[in-house]
Amino acid sequence: MKHAMGFAAIAVFGASMAFAEDVKPMAVSFADGSVEAALTSTAGDPANGRKVFANRKQGNCLACHMNADLPEESFHGEVGPPMDGVADRWTKAELRGIVTNSKMMFEGTIMPAFYVDSGYERPLDEFAGKSILTAQQVEDIVAYLITLKED
Amino acid sequence: MMKSAPWVALVAMGFGGAAVAQDSKALNVEGTALVTEAAAPSHMENVDTIYSGWRFRSGETQALQTDDFDNPAMVFVDQGIDQFGKIDGTEGKACSSCHENIEDFAGLRPQLPRVQDGKLVSMENLVNTCRTERMGAEPWKWSGGQMTAVTALIGLQSRGMPIDVAIDGDAAPFWEKGKELYYTRVGQLDMSCSNCHEDNYGTMIRADHLSQGQINGFPTYRLKNAKLNSTHGRFKGCMKNIRATPFAEGGDEFKALELYLASRGQGLAVESPSVRN
Ligand code: HEC
Ligand code: HEC
Ligand code: HEC
Repeated sequence: MKHAMGFAAIAVFGASMAFAEDVKPMAVSFADGSVEAALTSTAGDPANGRKVFANRKQGNCLACHMNADLPEESFHGEVGPPMDGVADRWTKAELRGIVTNSKMMFEGTIMPAFYVDSGYERPLDEFAGKSILTAQQVEDIVAYLITLKED
Repeated sequence: MMKSAPWVALVAMGFGGAAVAQDSKALNVEGTALVTEAAAPSHMENVDTIYSGWRFRSGETQALQTDDFDNPAMVFVDQGIDQFGKIDGTEGKACSSCHENIEDFAGLRPQLPRVQDGKLVSMENLVNTCRTERMGAEPWKWSGGQMTAVTALIGLQSRGMPIDVAIDGDAAPFWEKGKELYYTRVGQLDMSCSNCHEDNYGTMIRADHLSQGQINGFPTYRLKNAKLNSTHGRFKGCMKNIRATPFAEGGDEFKALELYLASRGQGLAVESPSVRN
């Protein structure tokens, strides 16, 4: 028991060192699928968000969403709706909720929850207990999505 | 509480139509027509029509399968013929010592996996049983080159025959287990086979045109790795893509999944060895 306690303490300490002010994945507070408060204290960077959106090892959002703002990428998926004008359809808080855990907004969706670190079964060891994106990457993507306006 | 965008309703309606996104070409192999589309078996609740994965591939990939001279898998079938005639093991026998006419295997592939002595067996099990119990030889690796070459050779004897696996009687519990696995979400991406292959077939997922994940063409030559791929090897790949720890090749879970998937393809022609990307 003593060992287990020590281990937990170290794990918590380690995490809090790295991301002192970030909201932890399971502590994010949702209201009707939206997340009002930013997950980090650093404002989102839309330029990095655009990269995370396309990166196959990060958001890989492009696997399922077409996005006219990324003409340099050759393969755009069509499993979900196109991202064009997404900021006209959703508020920033709604977009943060969708990216953090889309299941809170769309029941039974195929879209992965990008900022949860538990609740999924049989993860590959290297991904166990981890979220797909970091809190800052979520904020960066949200900052990017909010720029996708048509009207 | 749950709120959905107006888009969702539109697309949900659209998806019925999206199911016809695959082209409607006919597959003729060496002049014989192969069935690539059939009415879904009655046990499938959410799909009306089943399609071979061939229907979702590009024109160039499709063409490779229409002529055995062009089909890159046939090199491996030739290797399978060599393996079949090769003496191995303590009994000094080759497969051909006992199975004189390879054509006698016609009709086997459409019925596998099947229950035998209370166990679910795939073709790989039948082959390895002969090796270990009748030849005194080492079993082949489930997805190794020798095994896939020989399963392609045996599968080829049934090319064009409709998939026809038993799912009732003593097969029922295995089938139920396979069905459960098919609909269970796994991995960090938290997806089930059905999320992609039932709910979204016919759409592009990045560069891939999603098919129904049928197994009538296995073993399959993939352009991606330029070799024959076993059914279980493919399951493993899909699980890793959603960052899930795969089940073991040849294990109970994948065999059950194989039976369930075979039953979702009842009526489609055996295409072994097929060509996919
Ligand atoms: C596996 C496919 C998939 C991936 C990957 C995916 N999504 Fe989605 N997304 C969907 C689907 C499907 C919907 C529609 C909601 C539903 O399921 O009912 C959706 C909906 C959305 C919406 C609402 C769009 C609208 O106009 O209504 C946004 C915003 C969104 N996704 C953003 C993202 C972002 C950002 C990423 C990457 C971090 C991402 N998605 C990754 C499938 C995906
Ligand atoms: C010593 C004789 C012998 C050798 C050698 C042998 N087998 Fe068999 N094999 C059998 C017998 C006997 C059966 C059972 C036949 C039956 O049940 O109808 C069988 C069954 C099979 C079956 C299942 C057939 C069916 O219709 O159910 C396959 C597939 C098979 N063998 C493949 C092979 C392969 C591949 C090799 C070489 C690696 C091989 N066998 C070597 C005797 C042999
Ligand atoms: C994220 C989406 C996704 C999920 C989830 C998924 N697959 Fe796939 N699968 C693919 C893609 C993409 C391909 C290649 C294109 C195609 O045939 O759909 C593929 C191909 C296949 C094929 C080959 C089809 C053929 O014609 O050769 C089989 C079989 C298959 N998947 C089975 C499964 C099984 C079993 C599961 C669940 C354990 C699963 N897949 C989960 C995306 C997925």
